[in-house]
Amino acid sequence: MSSPVVKLVAQRVALGILLLLAVSVLIFAGTQILPGDVAQAILGQSATPESLANLREQLGLNQPAYIRYFHWLGGVLTGDLGTAMSSGQDIATSIKERLWNTLFLAFWAAIVAIPLAITLGLIAVRYRNGWVDKMISGVALASTSFPEFFIGYLLVFYFAVEHQWFPAISTVYDGMSLGERLQAIALPAAALTLVVLAHMMRMTRAAILNVMQSAYVETAELKGLSAFAVIRKHAFPNAIAPIINVVMLNLAYLVVGVVVVEVIFVYPGMGQYLVDHVTKRDVPVVQAVGLIFAAVYIALNIIADIAAIVANPRLRHPK
Amino acid sequence: MTNELDYLSRRVAAGKLSRRDFLGRAAALGVTAPFANSLLSSAARAAGPVKGGTLKAGLVGGESTNSLDPALMMTQVPFAFGKCWGEMIVELSPDGKLENRIAEEIGSSDDAKVWTLKIRDGIEFHNGKTVTAQDVAATLERHSDEKSKSGALGYMKGIETIKANGKEVVLTLKEANADLPYLLSDYHLIVQPNGGKDKPDAGISAGPYKVKVNEPGVRHVGERFANYWQGDKMGHADQVEVVVINDATARTAALQGGQVNMINRVEPKIVDLIKRVRGVTIRNHSGPGHYVFIMHCNTAPFDNNDLRMALKLAINREEMLNKVLRGYGSLGNDFPINASYPLFTEIEQRKYDPDKAKFHYKKSGHDGAVLLRTSDVAFPGAVDAAQLYQQSAAKAGIKLEIKREPGDGYWNEVWNKQPFCASYWGGRSTQDQMYSTAYLSSADWNDTRFKRPDFDKMVLAARAELDEAKRKQMYHDMAVMVRDEGGLILPMFNQFIDATGPKVGGWVDDPHQELMNGYALAKCWMEA
Repeated sequence: MSSPVVKLVAQRVALGILLLLAVSVLIFAGTQILPGDVAQAILGQSATPESLANLREQLGLNQPAYIRYFHWLGGVLTGDLGTAMSSGQDIATSIKERLWNTLFLAFWAAIVAIPLAITLGLIAVRYRNGWVDKMISGVALASTSFPEFFIGYLLVFYFAVEHQWFPAISTVYDGMSLGERLQAIALPAAALTLVVLAHMMRMTRAAILNVMQSAYVETAELKGLSAFAVIRKHAFPNAIAPIINVVMLNLAYLVVGVVVVEVIFVYPGMGQYLVDHVTKRDVPVVQAVGLIFAAVYIALNIIADIAAIVANPRLRHPK
Repeated sequence: MTNELDYLSRRVAAGKLSRRDFLGRAAALGVTAPFANSLLSSAARAAGPVKGGTLKAGLVGGESTNSLDPALMMTQVPFAFGKCWGEMIVELSPDGKLENRIAEEIGSSDDAKVWTLKIRDGIEFHNGKTVTAQDVAATLERHSDEKSKSGALGYMKGIETIKANGKEVVLTLKEANADLPYLLSDYHLIVQPNGGKDKPDAGISAGPYKVKVNEPGVRHVGERFANYWQGDKMGHADQVEVVVINDATARTAALQGGQVNMINRVEPKIVDLIKRVRGVTIRNHSGPGHYVFIMHCNTAPFDNNDLRMALKLAINREEMLNKVLRGYGSLGNDFPINASYPLFTEIEQRKYDPDKAKFHYKKSGHDGAVLLRTSDVAFPGAVDAAQLYQQSAAKAGIKLEIKREPGDGYWNEVWNKQPFCASYWGGRSTQDQMYSTAYLSSADWNDTRFKRPDFDKMVLAARAELDEAKRKQMYHDMAVMVRDEGGLILPMFNQFIDATGPKVGGWVDDPHQELMNGYALAKCWMEA
């Protein structure tokens, strides 16, 4: 029974790796197209022709692009992301900490958001088209429609400035206890939760409602099961695939799309790190971060695919 | 009531309220005279530096690309943190005088060409070594080397030889320069062991704080250096911390929420709101920084002085100062110097005059629109300022076409490249520095392409002149020349607007740079 699943999984992973390679070419090409170069960006207002020439030579910017690509790819495969051109720090070391911070924030936002969204979705289905359903949808859609920075500022204003329950800035660093860290990220995690909530909730609601039309749900109802039991036992398991998909998409968003929230709450994550280096044209860092984001995205999508396959007997036992 | 008494007693300690007035007001609040007197004495004690505690600043101007190498410092966070861990050769005090630090004495030959720095005894680096003349000489050598990419390179190039001789460092200049000691107060010139030649970003100097945490773009922490040579003047808090907060709203929220004790760059448009917050004090003061529109004097159509004059007369400075800076600044007069510079002289204020502008515009023979490039990053409010300019110029019959450029790449692609654009200058500590950086024919940053051999001669002559009165007259003549013939349109000088939270003591306004010229963390303290 397991062999077709293993084969499917292997296929997905192989495709993912191929895709990642293609992405690496795109990222490299993209960073070459950016106007200006690192030397100019580092020197900024103080660039003079001589200092530009000196710096370009020192950074090896005079080699042809394809040589630099293979050089870079070789480094990445051996775990060496190079050094940041602008500050001379080892990229892998700086990214490790930043990535950990981003994942920490994403993890806690997800821990709150996913169960909340799915539960709200289930409740909305149970009371579909009633006032409970409409209120849940309305509030969730409203919180998603507001831009992230607006929600962020509202939370800061109310919880940090007016009441001072939580800090307005979420700087985290080594030596903070878990409790302190959680307090520091409470507001950004709340903002992220509000942003991703509606998408997952609405998808859960739609997927389950779709299944609710089926004959076997009607049978279950006729058997006399309670409304929640019907949803939990019969509708939800059959609607799980699209829900997993949308959950994974939102997880990916929590990792790669949080720049604005990071800036507002001054959270030292990957997004802020990327933006700083894009403005400095620090190509090695931009490439490394781009690749990591792509890997996260692709990996989460593979997981979603595999989960959907495992959850669906028709895909598990193809005829 | 206690709050009010606290406030009043602090005002007495600060010399802003007389003792008699205080006792009178205290009595009005129903406090007995002995109690009021005891309050006063505790306030006076509190007015002296208080040791201990942590002082935190939330600052804009830090990126994850920052380095501890003083040569590469450019933005506010490395600058302010540098003043915590770094020790300078000489320092510019708030009143514009020079205060010797690592140099005990600075003397020059009569022609201002050979300068001798006597190095103070017994100053210790954070690594336990003693600061020697060799270290100072090596520091200056590193910053004069083209390869160091030092922000101070421009001035340092003027030094021909640097020699350490016992306890003295002898500098021989290529050309006489009466301002050399001022140049040595440049914030890049942090003295490092062996000049930082071994490891430029080691973060070791002889300043009041040792670098404890260095996470570029996130936070920097300094721990009091027990052997600091001047512990009574600086290094009052046990620990200082800079948190990088680039977002203006987050910065203000952090100050209001009490996470930081001071912030920089409060936006002019919210100053009046912040003022009303309890415990927050706005610290605004004028400095040499200015916002400008710059024309290339050698590029058509701006190579015509009548057109330049027309554009200078067509800008409404008062309106711009009030609307863009909300009054937190002062009027500009088309030369880059104001009262914050030594040897400044007043020159008649240029006013908005549409009729005269029309006259010069006609005389220039120019026809059609003039293209002005602007961007959000040129200076805060630069896009609004350009629009105001467009309207005031339209009244003089001059059509300005505004092109908004992306902030990303503005300094590479537009500034110092395009013939007419918005920009800003932070200013320098002396007139000579300002003119040498941006108005000499040979200057890389001559962003108005003001290339006049007669002006260059005046700059060099003023630089070598040791007679102050004569020098003042020379600077006056140079200013008039830039004002009437240059490519600079300078509508306003901006103010630094910092803010401090409750209980921050020891603040002294400094006209040279924001945050007490960067020394706020090193010189302030937390009141008990």
